Amino acid sequence: MRFVTGYRDRSKATVLAGAIAGLCEPGRHYKLMEVCGGHTHTIYKHGLEHYLPEAVELVHGPGCPVCVIPMGRVDDAISIARQPDVTLACFGDMVRVPGGKGSFLDAKAAGADVRVVYSPMDALKLAIDEPDRRVVFVAIGFETTAPSTALTVLRAQADHIRNFSVFCNHVTIIPPLKAILDANDVDIDGFIGPGHVSTVVGCRPYLPIAADYGKPLVVSGFEPLDVLQSVYMVMRQLAERRAEVENQYGRVVNWEGNTTAVAVMEQTMEPRPHFEWRGLGSIPFSALKLRPHLAEHDAEELFDIPGVRVADPRACQCGQVLRGQIRPWECRVFGKACTPEKPIGTCMVSSEGACAAYYNFGRLVTPHARPPRARSAAPS
Amino acid sequence: MTSRTRPVRRARELSGAVTLSHGSGGKATHALVETVFLEAFHNPALAALNDGAVLKVAGKDLAFTTDSFVVSPIFFPGGCLGDLAVNGTVNDLAACGAQPLALSAGFVIEEGFPLTELARVVQAMASAARYVGVSVVTGDTKVVEHGKGDGCYVNTSGIGLVDRRATGLSAAAACPGDQDIVSGYIGDHGTAVLLARGELGISAEIASDTAPLNGLVAALLDCVGPKVHALRDATRGGVATVLNEVALASGAAVVLAEDALPVRSEVFGVCEMLGIDPLYVACEGRMVAVVDGDCTDDALRVMRAHPMGRNSAVIGEVRREPVGLVLENTGFGGSRVVDMLVGDPLPRIC
Repeated sequence: MRFVTGYRDRSKATVLAGAIAGLCEPGRHYKLMEVCGGHTHTIYKHGLEHYLPEAVELVHGPGCPVCVIPMGRVDDAISIARQPDVTLACFGDMVRVPGGKGSFLDAKAAGADVRVVYSPMDALKLAIDEPDRRVVFVAIGFETTAPSTALTVLRAQADHIRNFSVFCNHVTIIPPLKAILDANDVDIDGFIGPGHVSTVVGCRPYLPIAADYGKPLVVSGFEPLDVLQSVYMVMRQLAERRAEVENQYGRVVNWEGNTTAVAVMEQTMEPRPHFEWRGLGSIPFSALKLRPHLAEHDAEELFDIPGVRVADPRACQCGQVLRGQIRPWECRVFGKACTPEKPIGTCMVSSEGACAAYYNFGRLVTPHARPPRARSAAPS
Repeated sequence: MTSRTRPVRRARELSGAVTLSHGSGGKATHALVETVFLEAFHNPALAALNDGAVLKVAGKDLAFTTDSFVVSPIFFPGGCLGDLAVNGTVNDLAACGAQPLALSAGFVIEEGFPLTELARVVQAMASAARYVGVSVVTGDTKVVEHGKGDGCYVNTSGIGLVDRRATGLSAAAACPGDQDIVSGYIGDHGTAVLLARGELGISAEIASDTAPLNGLVAALLDCVGPKVHALRDATRGGVATVLNEVALASGAAVVLAEDALPVRSEVFGVCEMLGIDPLYVACEGRMVAVVDGDCTDDALRVMRAHPMGRNSAVIGEVRREPVGLVLENTGFGGSRVVDMLVGDPLPRIC
């Protein structure tokens, strides 16, 4: 229990809040992007913005693995699920994500065999237990979940489980961050860096964010005091005119990451030349596919897949939310046409999605309900 | 103040097909009830949308309720399908302020279901009914082909006599100044069943809280009488969902204190690991009582003195605004909205 309650201590939060306020330069507005959907969830679930001065604005980044899945890939997975003898296995977050023609839940209601699993190994077990079914695991997530998919595929290959395959949608964290910075349409002062991704990739891959773009990045844990301390650490760098990669989540993340996990990922997966991100468009070398020697377990090789690009609904502004350009309630359909029970955009689906987190937890009570749209001061 | 998004009642809810979300007890279930059932069956007793209907019969208030029970696995730590089927209906009656008079039991059994297991379920029902002091006086059995059911489903209906001090009980009767009391630890049942499925590889000593609450309600009414404004049996959708029902029906707000929520450390740990909020996890032996603020201490004392309410706690209060919403003051010092459940609570991916 102390690993949870110890990181939710109100008195320590008050001290940190005072320290953060003390670092604000008069007249300056700070925009910090929390990359991870898990951070967004924490911020709203615990009411963390209550501790931040008005000058510090948190904007949400592209790190919710469900939110960045484009509609076309959902349709592709459903088309696989409709083929004979197929069992589609996926994480629970995915079942309500809308494609162009409905969600996995709709497909299940229409007769497709869709099952929620808790890990790729559970999907492999399904394939072993039900040898007459063709079990396809819908793999999603950043480098956090990719190694477990990789290990499962290797196990399937070693054990000759021929009725198991993976529909690979794994993505990588650095390309979207660079894409957001290259687009130069959001004045981000610094990043609350992803925690769980960094357990795998470590801290080194973020160095260009600091060195080339001049933005501080602090790898952060997911408890409210973790996030608040990370805000403090970014603010301290800004005050000291530094731009470095720092690790707040030292109890879990080490600088070099998990080299074994990275090695198994590289052994099984290779970068795709292009991958369509929900709302962000096509980003080169930002996603992973299975390597050719694993083709017998690659659903994209085994099944006819339409592969049709489906444009995001025009009303949906998920892309701008994922780039930090607008906050959830500024989207024109937020809370009206788009709600968690009838989501239009993916950000309203997963509990880590910025819109769902704000809709579920934050409505009415966020202190900066209409934050000033002032631009940041000149880069330090 | 931003206006609240009310449950959708438009016809677009009728498009498509029934999905598992419609059975979660949350928003989709409410939308289904409102758009399909309420519309078709419209009548004053149903429209109150309480846990049971209250009918005037020969000058007395008769409570009538029905519930169907589907659980996997059928046997789990702390109970089984049979206990749930009796206690669930007894508790729906109790939430109407009624003591049970008689129950019915309907069984839908899948071909191939072991007779020994059926007997265990039925014995558990008999034992639970004996404990409450109610009889199962009528029933029905149907058998469906193998593969057309999930072992065994049970429906129970119950009638009960409403305590004369409880005739005003309704979620709509909650008013500003009232206090919300829950009769014990929350989330035990849902967590116990989730772990009993064995899919998560987590082991913990957590048992279902399935229990009859008619005695607890009688003791509460003996003590504070009509100062109990609303009772809700927190089952599917958890405490959060029933409090949302109270907020919506009464047009008031419910404000919870996270620090006050009684959650066992084991349940808290499992929920934290899975990214699930205990407020949304099912209970099967927990009553949420909304009582006049003047009598909170008395109500809490009598509930804690009862064997089914030893861990009762005041978890929040009813306020005037924001209309129709449940808020929580977080232990961390912030505040957040506690919305009605959307779909089933599912573990997060990372």
